[in-house]
Amino acid sequence: MKEIRIHGRGGQGSVTAAELLAVAAFADGKFSQAFPAFGVERRGAPVQAFTRISGSTIRLRSQIYEPDYVIVQDPTLLEVVDIASGAKDDGIILINTEFAPETFDLKTKAKIMTVDATRIALDIIGRPIVNTVLLGAFAGATGEINPKSIQDAVKERFPGKVGEKNAEAIQKASEMMMGAKA
Amino acid sequence: MTATRKIDKSKMVVVEGSYAVAHSVKVCRPNVISAYPITPQTHIVEDLSQFMADGEIQNCEYINVESEFSAISALVGSSAAGARSYSATTSQGLELMHEVLFNVSGMRLPVVMTVANRAVSAPINIWNDQQDSISQRDTGWIQLYAEDTQEASDMTAQAFKIAEDKDVLLPAMVCMDGFILSHVYEPVILLEQDLVDKYLPTYDPEFTLDPSDPRSFGAFADPSTYTEFRFLQQKAMETALQKIEDAANEFNELFGRYYGGLIDEYETEDAEIIIMAMGSIIGTVKDVIDARRSKGEKIGLLKVRSFRPFPKEAIKKVLKDAKVVVVLDKNISIGLNEGALFTETKSCLYNTDVNVPVVGYMIGHGGRDIPVGTIENIIDEAKSVISSGIKTESQFTDVREDLI
Repeated sequence: MKEIRIHGRGGQGSVTAAELLAVAAFADGKFSQAFPAFGVERRGAPVQAFTRISGSTIRLRSQIYEPDYVIVQDPTLLEVVDIASGAKDDGIILINTEFAPETFDLKTKAKIMTVDATRIALDIIGRPIVNTVLLGAFAGATGEINPKSIQDAVKERFPGKVGEKNAEAIQKASEMMMGAKA
Repeated sequence: MTATRKIDKSKMVVVEGSYAVAHSVKVCRPNVISAYPITPQTHIVEDLSQFMADGEIQNCEYINVESEFSAISALVGSSAAGARSYSATTSQGLELMHEVLFNVSGMRLPVVMTVANRAVSAPINIWNDQQDSISQRDTGWIQLYAEDTQEASDMTAQAFKIAEDKDVLLPAMVCMDGFILSHVYEPVILLEQDLVDKYLPTYDPEFTLDPSDPRSFGAFADPSTYTEFRFLQQKAMETALQKIEDAANEFNELFGRYYGGLIDEYETEDAEIIIMAMGSIIGTVKDVIDARRSKGEKIGLLKVRSFRPFPKEAIKKVLKDAKVVVVLDKNISIGLNEGALFTETKSCLYNTDVNVPVVGYMIGHGGRDIPVGTIENIIDEAKSVISSGIKTESQFTDVREDLI
């Protein structure tokens, strides 16, 4: 089983990202589970959402304490939340930032990867909404999920032009991270 | 028979638990829905409102109300008029219904209501525990508890079937842990309309409010008859014991999914330690049991699906050969320092030849997360009960000493 923890701020679509990831993973033939960290939702407050992906039925209902992967939507969270908490040594922490991974001095053995998802979102979608872009980057960086499954899930949730633009941004982010991995 | 499910991925979709339940309500063809939105039940009634707006529920009236008291009161009238009636609520909303809940049961109206279990105020807390529904224990409602979203969804159809049975005619709550199940996305099979139509016959009550054939419901009973109304409610609950089993078996025949009837057992056959619980905690406990079993530890689980009627006989049978029983409760009777499932389990073993130590843990209050490690610790303490007896009979779990 792979466990993913998504850090964001209220209004950035972290919960939606976790749900879309679960939908995409299921489309890939796996079992999945997504749930929020049940905060009192308000715009700007730090929030967490979780996704589990497994080859078999998922029964575990606790929050995720030792994630295989961490996705950080907003680098300003690093000042207020221990985003690396419990991250597995062989895990990956994916941060939305314009800066290189070496910039970040986190207490973790997990690999830090960065992607300028905000730039991609502004260029392609025209708005700084990065949740779907980060899912594309996650697919490229980890190989855990087929980018097309994420695109399909996003297009189903956001039909029409919005979905198409998001799918394009997902493609771009996925390809960039595949390059970074190699 | 223990839980079995055909996992047919081609029929599954990943949706929110609330949506799966709302869909179930829809295919059960309700005639009247009345509810007041309250977190974390909100998504269920939003989805139902959407179905209504889209014309997807025929022959149904959605009554908007200004409170939960009104919501359940409206259903007293609609159900007595012969309409299949549904509501959903939680926490303070359920507590506000309290007075009317007795009326619904006393008038023998088979209303079905989803409770997205949540802690009660004060202090205000929107997260999950089961204090809300447990507090309504004695109102004469059937109470069923679901382990996951598929079960909550399937249980909705089962609840209508049980409640509307002519030999039962009692209202039923389908309890699903708020957020943990109401807001989780996971793969489910949405109930198929054609199968539900086969499973759940049209509600055709013998007695209804009808101007052409006037009668009263719940009007007045003086001391010469009141006792018998209570006696008959109790008898109906006893009949429901078998009907709950029947509803689960018939469901299995049609849909290929079975979660137990009154209870379910997991790895109990040779178990020395048996954990008892209700609701979404079951999944986590099963994972821990698998891990411990792989190390040779004989641990099993008794899942209680039906809290009312309370399945005394079924529970006794499972527990009789255990060396220790551990009961997990997401509620507390303040002043007794016990959770309800613990108290009642002890009670049903008294005056019998079953003599097994029972210990209780009150857990997950107000949404306090229940990690695997917490269950592991509880099991370790249970092992010491086998070797050296009970030290603490009932206790809070994971209390933060730094805050006290």
